[in-house]
Amino acid sequence: MQKLEIIKSRFIPLKIENVDTDQIIPARFLKATTKEGFGKNLFRDWRYENNDETKPRKDFVLNNSTYSGEILVAEKNFGCGSSREHAAWALKDYGFHAVVSSFFADIFKNNALNNGVLPVQVSEPFLQKIFQQGPDSELTIDLGNQKIRIDGTGEEESFDISAYKKTCLLNGYNDIDFLISIKNDIEIFESKKHSENSKSYQLV
Amino acid sequence: MGKTLFEKIWEDHIVKQIEEGPSVLYIDKHFIHEVTSPQAFTGLNNRGIKLFRPRQTVATADHNVPTLHQELPIKEELSRLQVEALKKNCAEHGVELYGLGHPYQGIVHVIGPELGITQPGMTIVCGDSHTSTHGAFGTIAFGIGTSEVEMVMTTQCLLQSKPKLMRININGELNNAVVSKDIILYIISKISASGATGYFVEYAGSAIRSLSMEARMTICNMSIEMGARGGMIAPDETTFNYIKGRRFAPQGEEWEKKLAYWKTLYSDADATFDREININAAEIEPMITYGTNPGMGIPVTGHIPSFSEIDDKERASFEKALRYMGLEAGVNIKGKKVDYVFIGSCTNSRIEDLRMVASFVKGKKKAAGVEVWVVPGSHQVEMQAREEGIDKIFEDAGFMLRQSGCSACLGMNEDKIPAGKYCISTSNRNFEGRQGAGARTLLASPLTAAAAAITGMVTDVRELFN
Ligand code: SF4
Repeated sequence: MQKLEIIKSRFIPLKIENVDTDQIIPARFLKATTKEGFGKNLFRDWRYENNDETKPRKDFVLNNSTYSGEILVAEKNFGCGSSREHAAWALKDYGFHAVVSSFFADIFKNNALNNGVLPVQVSEPFLQKIFQQGPDSELTIDLGNQKIRIDGTGEEESFDISAYKKTCLLNGYNDIDFLISIKNDIEIFESKKHSENSKSYQLV
Repeated sequence: MGKTLFEKIWEDHIVKQIEEGPSVLYIDKHFIHEVTSPQAFTGLNNRGIKLFRPRQTVATADHNVPTLHQELPIKEELSRLQVEALKKNCAEHGVELYGLGHPYQGIVHVIGPELGITQPGMTIVCGDSHTSTHGAFGTIAFGIGTSEVEMVMTTQCLLQSKPKLMRININGELNNAVVSKDIILYIISKISASGATGYFVEYAGSAIRSLSMEARMTICNMSIEMGARGGMIAPDETTFNYIKGRRFAPQGEEWEKKLAYWKTLYSDADATFDREININAAEIEPMITYGTNPGMGIPVTGHIPSFSEIDDKERASFEKALRYMGLEAGVNIKGKKVDYVFIGSCTNSRIEDLRMVASFVKGKKKAAGVEVWVVPGSHQVEMQAREEGIDKIFEDAGFMLRQSGCSACLGMNEDKIPAGKYCISTSNRNFEGRQGAGARTLLASPLTAAAAAITGMVTDVRELFN
């Protein structure tokens, strides 16, 4: 996984609450067997009239060329609903490296972190301040110091991230490599558990 | 200090605790399906390794499959390729596959319990958010993303932080015609679609204890719709009786040993929760949703909120939802015309749901112009329904009994609701486009859905009882 340290970029404001993963990437696009190419269908049904690529909806922010950047800023409860990791793949493939919101759904948060897309949870007032900035304004997200700053005004806020996940992102490590590295411990745990009272279930 | 049900199972599965970090949690059982597994198998193949514990892994094809003529090749090419990829991957990695045509095929969260694979005290995961269903048996069961599917395939473990714990107590007598779907829609309408985010929920209280296993599964199934990681119910005699004798249930001496362990699985009297909510069962009426998230629920006899009842902050989403749904603020929902009725999905497609609908519609006919689909959750449910003559009752009523799969719960197979049409659905999500682009979903119980099938509009089912 790519290392992530500082993201400095303009942002795209998505002023919608409870954005569920069915909107981020509708179910009919989940038929692929690889992780690539989901970006073009990101927010598909909000982006196009009647699913027609020649008819972009003018009122949807991704179609508004005044806004651009690697950071998506959304209202609270972003990523709720289905567990589809395709939502994180689609955001990443489209070019987002971070999503800022005042609240994230759990499974989405994990999926994003596992794909090097940083979920930055800020307070509601800070979120509204970001939304008040113009399209040229930039944000700086400093993962090492766990700070997000509105560059134009200098206002900043700290955000939470687990120490473990932070190390992973800063170094480009992922969970699978770690788990593989402790396989010995896992096997010891299994043999103890099975001999205890075979609580663990195996198909016959 | 006492322990909660969750803590007892959680602690029993910790392989290792990372300092200031997550726990390495051992997973007993891993369910996989065609949509969220292919990229994970690719990950294994890229590393040149085989799936670590195939005998703790079970696969089925459910999301993409047609629900008519399952004996024919799947028409839609991408769906067919995904189902074929699952078949190939399972064969290569030694995983048991209950695919199309197999007598055990069905929706992943229906077949696990039905086959006795889901048992108290287990940790269970699946690349599907409604894995919470299995919590009805006193398990820690939750949905994961595809990277995590790959972790479990590789090491049978996940890195997880312990969630906060919530208990929802529902005590008292349920009203006539109020079923478990109404209970959970009521809870979500009270605490909102994000109210339990960060929590794992235990459901308790006399109203929960009185429910069948099928009804408990419906409740746990929708835990995710209020943001919870999962939901669970302590196992009791109802649970043990349900499991006993099923295909993969323990037998003989092994049964006794497990039973003794299962009986220790409850929250101790002095255990504490981060949050507790008490609900009086008598408050709950038959429920229905009017909006585009499952928290937008009201009693069938109620009205869609008027603008004055909506918080200023929620106003934009409320307006957006009503615009999508083509509904007006402040009006009664009863009498709203519907075009489709969908009885199915991992929320309400078990044999008990079909029996409940059949006993209600027996001798009645569906309204003209309404399309009614009943989609069993598994092949076994379908066979059972046919054996009991339920298929005949549906046929006489003009309901179409289809074959098992996720069907119109999500618009990724052939069963889609056309744009602009209203569908009263027993599934779990009313998101924009969930049942097909532009489709408008009203979530309700099987009884309320069946009542709408008979009258062609949103109906208080109690008015049809004689
Ligand atoms: S029935 Fe619906 S909610 Fe359940 S597993 Fe299938 S798609 Fe998911």
